[in-house]
Amino acid sequence: MPLSSRHLLGLAGVPKEDIQLILDTAVTFREVLERPIKKVPTLQGKTVVNLFFENSTRTRISFELAQKRLSADTVNFSTSTSSTKKGETFKDTVRNIEAMKIDMIVVRHQSAGVPQFLTQISNAHIINAGDGRHEHPTQALLDMYSIKERLGKLAGLKVCIVGDVAHSRVALSNIFGLKAMGADVSVCGPPTLIPKGIESIGVKVIHDIDKAIAEHDVLNVLRIQLERKAGSSIPTTREYHNYFGITADRIEKNNKDVVILHPGPINRGVEISSEVADGPYQVILDQVTNGVAIRMAVLYLLGTMNN
Amino acid sequence: MRLVLKGLTLINPDQKLNSKSDLLIEDGKIKKIGDLTKEELKDAEILELEGKYCAPGFFDMHIHLREPGREDEETVVTGSNAAAAGGFTGVACMPNTDPTTDSAEVVRFIKEKAKNHLVDVFPIGAASVDRKGESLAPIAEMFDAGAVAFSDDGVAIKTASLLRSVMEYSLMYDAPIIEHCEDESLADGHMNEGETSTFLGLPGIPTVAEDLTVMRDIIMAEYTGARVHIAHISSKNAVDLVRQGKKKGIKVTAEVAPHHFTLSEESLKGYNTNFKMNPPLRTRDDVEAMIEGLKDGTIDCIASDHAPHSIEEKEMEFIYAPNGILGLETQIGLACTELLHKKHLTLDQLVEKMAVNPRKILNIEVPKIAEGENANLTIFDPNEIWTVDISKFKSKSKNSPFDKKLLTGKSVAVINNSQLYFEGNFRKI
Ligand SMILES: [Zn+2]
Ligand SMILES: [Zn+2]
Repeated sequence: MPLSSRHLLGLAGVPKEDIQLILDTAVTFREVLERPIKKVPTLQGKTVVNLFFENSTRTRISFELAQKRLSADTVNFSTSTSSTKKGETFKDTVRNIEAMKIDMIVVRHQSAGVPQFLTQISNAHIINAGDGRHEHPTQALLDMYSIKERLGKLAGLKVCIVGDVAHSRVALSNIFGLKAMGADVSVCGPPTLIPKGIESIGVKVIHDIDKAIAEHDVLNVLRIQLERKAGSSIPTTREYHNYFGITADRIEKNNKDVVILHPGPINRGVEISSEVADGPYQVILDQVTNGVAIRMAVLYLLGTMNN
Repeated sequence: MRLVLKGLTLINPDQKLNSKSDLLIEDGKIKKIGDLTKEELKDAEILELEGKYCAPGFFDMHIHLREPGREDEETVVTGSNAAAAGGFTGVACMPNTDPTTDSAEVVRFIKEKAKNHLVDVFPIGAASVDRKGESLAPIAEMFDAGAVAFSDDGVAIKTASLLRSVMEYSLMYDAPIIEHCEDESLADGHMNEGETSTFLGLPGIPTVAEDLTVMRDIIMAEYTGARVHIAHISSKNAVDLVRQGKKKGIKVTAEVAPHHFTLSEESLKGYNTNFKMNPPLRTRDDVEAMIEGLKDGTIDCIASDHAPHSIEEKEMEFIYAPNGILGLETQIGLACTELLHKKHLTLDQLVEKMAVNPRKILNIEVPKIAEGENANLTIFDPNEIWTVDISKFKSKSKNSPFDKKLLTGKSVAVINNSQLYFEGNFRKI
């Protein structure tokens, strides 16, 4: 059974069956990655462009590795080497890349909506690797994969996304994906970091971190972007840690079984204390291999689709 | 030459006129209203206009011509052509040109470019030098050169102290200060802030950014006694503030753009940059408040905020695309479709908001439909059903979200300055 869409623009509106298919396929690739020869010929002869208008070494390397493992040809195009700086428009850039007869584009961009825009100007399959503060579907799929790996299920779980929800591209994708899979989702943070009207997509908003720890099975803790808008959203990282940080005390007091997920890299002593990161708690940190497996699954499912 | 317009219903609420009659126009003047004799019909060109309406020429008091500066997007002439095609005989153009219309020289330059056109073009001068909000622009010199109002449109006048100076200075000429109401410190976004912006992951502009500036401006108008005109009002609270201001007797007027009484933020789903404008499309509630404001007279007039942009500039990543859409050639259609046919406004009210009130706000004489007067007329058919086709636009740009939309109501002809625009052509009459 193929995916219901020929692109992965986000997880909003993606049916449960598609998400399940990606997660199941990733299990297979996860096994491949444990083999001595980690390469399969599945996407031989296919060309994938990694179109990165914003620097994100981690995500790009993960995608690139996934492409190599699938034997696809990879072209990297990032802003530092791009011609958009020389006044060429985004559209021209894409047209020029299209001329190379490509099959898929993995795109990262500062502006929400760019992956959707790409579908209008390119015939390739589009994979969103993060658009503005909108979505980052493969990261959310990876998070879901890791949760499922730890707890055996997603349906019925209570998950809370903690931190800078307003500026995060991971939060929305997690909310849409987890809800589709039957989980119950909340967000927790100071009101300045919670976007207006988020309740309308079916999440509960809480501002009390103790309550968040006590009432949820999983906390997905977002990285606080220290460089972003300092001063207008949170007064100091110290105050943030004191009121919203995940500490050993809080876990001991509220819920010793809570699973803490952090996509990394962690700001120790800000969103999570070192004690928690290194201690005897249920912590899931950056899952590099799972990330490659998820991206292989997405590339494979889209790349082998009949157009 | 002699032109006979047959079968028209003449309508001008300013003259309490509403009657069916033929018109004889000779050398650009209204020669006779009423039944025409054989003699008068002889050698005249006759236009059969049964069922159509004839009003004082419509006036759009908020458009952007891109001359001087971006003649690739619109010039004074192409913008005036678009105005004529859309059913307007007069427009007022905003000063965010390059160089800024902040001197008598640029005001005269625009007037010079508009000379001999059917459409009268009235420049609006900048309120502050280069619209920077730092120092007073030469308001007196610009007024004498032909500027009819002052505005920093694109942004609000930056500080309360400069706003005060501009308002006080304008008192000498009873010229309105037109405000683009937006608190800059809250306006770091690309669409209306709310459920939809959160869903789309786009930074939002909250309605309070508009409301706070509307409030400031109304209070300052009360204090100085000056006239303030709220441009492109779009939020429900802002309409309420204007309503209260009027009740208190403060000299505040307001305009609304057709897109703000037609479309809501929902249109942004899909990230089509032709729905990106400032102020942004708001919620359905706000749209209803615009209609309510038009009905009870809180909103005095309809103005398009016609903002031409090149295709290259609009076909861009959403956050980098410029704000603004075309408006001149869809305005009558949208007003008839959304307001007249949905029974929110009467034909009289529509003419008031599109021909009479804009001129009154700008202290421009409202044309009369009377014998001996210059013919300054819009002839329109509120019942004509047509499909918007941007490829037929007279505007140099094509950035309209209404392409392919079915509308009811269209301009048939305009007459002004001894010229007729009819069936796509200008002619001396
Ligand atoms: Zn404006
Ligand atoms: Zn404007």
